[in-house]
Amino acid sequence: MLSRVADSMYWIGRYLERAENTLRILDVNMNLMLEGSSTGSETRWRRVLRAFSAPAGVDERDSDLTIESLTFDLNNRASIASCVAAARENARQVRDEISSEQWQKLNSLYHRLSGMQTKQQRPMLSDAMQTILDGIYLFQGVTDTTMTHGEGWQFIRTGRFMERAVQTATLLELYYHELYLQRDLLQESAQYLEWVGLLRSCGAFECYCTTYTADLTPERILEFLLLNRKFPHSLWYSVNAIVEALAGIENDSRRTRADELSRRAGRLRAMLSFAQIGEIIEQDAGVYLRQILNQCRMIQELTYRLYISYSIDTTLTM
Amino acid sequence: MSPHRLMPPYNRLMTEYNLDGAFDEMFMESGEPRAHYSELLKAFLAMPGEEREARKHSADVSFLTEGITFTVYGRDEGTEKIFPYDLLPRIITNTEWQRIEEGLQQRITALNLFLRDVYHEGKILQDGIVPREIVYTCRHFRREMRGLQVPRNIYIAVTGSDLLRLESGEFVVLEDNLRVPSGVSYMLTNRRALKRTLPNLFRKYRVRPIDHYAQALLSTLRSLAPDGRPEPTIVVLTPGPYNSAYFEHTYLARQMGIELVEGRDLLVHNNLVYMRTTDGLRRVDVIYRRVDDDFSDPLAFRADSTLGVAGLLNAYRAGNVSIANAFGTGLADDKALYAYVPAIIRYYLGEDPLLNNVETYLLTDDRQRAHVLANLEKMVVKPVGESGGYGMLVGPQSTAEQRAQFREAIEASPRNFIAQPTLTFSRAPCLFEERIEPRHVDLRPYILYGDQIQIVPGGLTRVALQKGSLVVNSSQGGGSKDTWVLDG
Repeated sequence: MLSRVADSMYWIGRYLERAENTLRILDVNMNLMLEGSSTGSETRWRRVLRAFSAPAGVDERDSDLTIESLTFDLNNRASIASCVAAARENARQVRDEISSEQWQKLNSLYHRLSGMQTKQQRPMLSDAMQTILDGIYLFQGVTDTTMTHGEGWQFIRTGRFMERAVQTATLLELYYHELYLQRDLLQESAQYLEWVGLLRSCGAFECYCTTYTADLTPERILEFLLLNRKFPHSLWYSVNAIVEALAGIENDSRRTRADELSRRAGRLRAMLSFAQIGEIIEQDAGVYLRQILNQCRMIQELTYRLYISYSIDTTLTM
Repeated sequence: MSPHRLMPPYNRLMTEYNLDGAFDEMFMESGEPRAHYSELLKAFLAMPGEEREARKHSADVSFLTEGITFTVYGRDEGTEKIFPYDLLPRIITNTEWQRIEEGLQQRITALNLFLRDVYHEGKILQDGIVPREIVYTCRHFRREMRGLQVPRNIYIAVTGSDLLRLESGEFVVLEDNLRVPSGVSYMLTNRRALKRTLPNLFRKYRVRPIDHYAQALLSTLRSLAPDGRPEPTIVVLTPGPYNSAYFEHTYLARQMGIELVEGRDLLVHNNLVYMRTTDGLRRVDVIYRRVDDDFSDPLAFRADSTLGVAGLLNAYRAGNVSIANAFGTGLADDKALYAYVPAIIRYYLGEDPLLNNVETYLLTDDRQRAHVLANLEKMVVKPVGESGGYGMLVGPQSTAEQRAQFREAIEASPRNFIAQPTLTFSRAPCLFEERIEPRHVDLRPYILYGDQIQIVPGGLTRVALQKGSLVVNSSQGGGSKDTWVLDG
């Protein structure tokens, strides 16, 4: 497969996953706005903006503007509309390497979003968001059912789960610092709402309840989102999916030896597999999460160095 | 020339069918159908309206599923549209085809020899057959190609010449496309759609197959591979998804089972060309190039091109990669040079041309220019370096203002234009909703030149779908139809 094609596949996966995460987090926080809580909505929006590494200039005191900027604003590279547009642009570059169904679904999602550019044309925000989310789910569905599960598909998966791992870890880190470490300062009911917010942001509330009952404790929530092996948005699950996708890519290529890459990815999975939530919290979960984020960055860099943007010299001597 | 004359009213379908002086592909002057069209006509006249609709629909579906579409990006649904095509095939008898085939073989052989000569010894220039000014003032002349040894001495591996049929029924060459001719994918997909749509007619007519085009193209490209590369890696080089022929590029790459690359996928190191894959760098031996000369190598040609591959020309010069077509072939399809092609054929082959040119006035010649300027409203004036029907003046349909503009432009730079008398070229029946009407058509056969010259029988018949229009280019609202060459 051409490196350029692999690059596009990876970013199709990443951008759409990013759009999906943004959508979910926004939805959760818009709901929380309706509940009176002692965590001011400003603090919460600041946290949201940090989660998206949103550009400076977005004023967290104006929640309407913040929402607008994160959904439909094409000038904000992190907005949902920008992410979908970027995914579609990547798909267009590899139009021939993905299935027609994938292209059609992504293209029509893009056009639906373009149609929502002005407020007059827009349905109610919650309906608009549901439409977009459905569009993304549809694309993911046809990706799995209509595309050959070869190298291209594995690159889409790598991108998708890389984004998910990074997002989950970033969110956890923020909540750990702002909520867990400051739990003595906050009312219990306010805390409860915030933790539910975290779970919902990861689409995890229902799955959490089935595993632990509705008894919410920060330790269990962290354990669930970090280490659970069955829940598709947990860090362990995401990292495991990356390991598998990378192994699939390595199997497909005849010459490339991915020793270092698979060692790194495997080690990251081991870091999660053999961890215990008590230990993690005792030794500072913030540090632990930052390590994971660093490892993710490293894995992406190695993937690129190996398959996509390798230097000419290294391969010519092979 | 007979005036407008109504055809015998076969039935409701044909009420709008008039014969006007142009050669009609289906009907003789007497109003009787030509022998090779009678089965087709019978079948369509006998066909109930609903069946016609159903067949048309089935062809539409076939085009859609084959992916012969262009995406309407602005559209709400982002749906894909099919290119305009016509359900009635254009039929060419075997005798007619033999003449075309021999004529094109002769013409392409001579043009290839001409390119080889001009880029090496230049004998034809010394002998004064072709004036030096024509060559050296041509925008597509590439000084870089001087003395460069191209594989097997083949400059023009893939070409498509546009033929017209005059009132007399004679086929003439309107222009040669020796750079990056397109449209072959429509030829192939028209056939597939029609086979599915009109299987019975195919059984009645013995139509010569064209499906092997992709295979023939691949073997032509393979035959040009550098020496010592028995298993050459062959790629299609495209300018990318923004190019209007991108669909064709992907189609051909898929049909040949080879990689479709963009300039940024390739790199040149030590005069070897590589493509960047997830499996490391892979050497590339043959490039089927669908990027114009100008944009192919920012080091050699336009420095601002981001579509090309830096160092490609040097790798080519070193003989490490074969490129089809070679650079600088546009010299031989320059519209001013076109006037010299009959002389070129005589010079290199010592034969008379089997296919004639259209009468062409060179505007650098004072007498010819004076004649053209005095008769602009009867002329077609074309810029020499353009293709695709852009920038033309069609005299009879022009305004006084347009003529004045062209007069000024011609006087300012006579080398940039040629003129031809307005031609009445042939018309073929086309199916519209409720009737069959005649429309003007041309024919673009595709010529492959590797070990030998191969022309798949037929080509792309382009139709000027607008009533009365003479412009068949797809960029100008033309459509296409399947072309049947009959066996024996």
